[in-house]
Amino acid sequence: MDWNAFNPLAALGGGALIGLAALILFLGIGRIAGVSGVLGQMLQRPDSETGWRLAFLIGLPLGALLMANILGGVTPHVGTGTLGLVIAGLLVGYGTRLGSGCTSGHGICGLARLSPRSLVAVLLFMASAMATVFVTRHLLGA
Amino acid sequence: MPRVIVALLAGLIFGAGLALSGMANPQKVLAFLDLGAIATGGWDPSLAFVMGGALIVALPGFAFARRRARPLAAETFTWPAASAIDKPLMLGAVLFGIGWGVAGICPGPALTLLVLDGTAAIIFFVAMLAGMTLFAAQKQLGR
Repeated sequence: MDWNAFNPLAALGGGALIGLAALILFLGIGRIAGVSGVLGQMLQRPDSETGWRLAFLIGLPLGALLMANILGGVTPHVGTGTLGLVIAGLLVGYGTRLGSGCTSGHGICGLARLSPRSLVAVLLFMASAMATVFVTRHLLGA
Repeated sequence: MPRVIVALLAGLIFGAGLALSGMANPQKVLAFLDLGAIATGGWDPSLAFVMGGALIVALPGFAFARRRARPLAAETFTWPAASAIDKPLMLGAVLFGIGWGVAGICPGPALTLLVLDGTAAIIFFVAMLAGMTLFAAQKQLGR
């Protein structure tokens, strides 16, 4: 285990904030905080749901920026090349819409509702992501 | 309270959580997904605690919501209707996982990286929107 990088308290606290946000959206306006769903539906014709969706999507990066300032800067590091980013982006965009959810919709809201459908999705995308990293890092040696 | 204010607040807290937790850092995500590094001592299991922290709050919260007739600032709860464990669900999850494993970025962090990172984040975001558009177009055409 990488003990230098291991920081369970920040992860736990950040996770609790994400859970709280999902709860605020659901108890407040009855909507599921699934980022891929909210984003994907923004690509359709505007309707009565467009307003809150846009507000949620604007809040997300602003909240991250605020937290980064509070923490004195976070250092996100995208280490993938352009071709990899394009392939990854296409797969994430298409896959999350086909599978009706991502890490937030299935992983947090779905599991919190005890949805068997979401549990299957989470197990599958975790397994496929871990297998992919094994292939790229250990078999191809990227 | 207007719906947009509630949604903005939820978005702000969500984004803050992503930044604090480490989910907004693709290298952190990849180090979590890298089970092959257990043998060499390079595995970082921190992000398992993100889901733990989220569920500690959301599990009792959704159980409470189930007992309520309506949300605080809207007319109805939109509980997801689908319950079938079907081929689109499974194929979609697997494809998403492959993409997540390639770059370490899922949709929420893709949005936060737009302000935390530069060009790479824009490339990923545009490709992700293209993937979503492709799905919408395919659905429109009835495959």
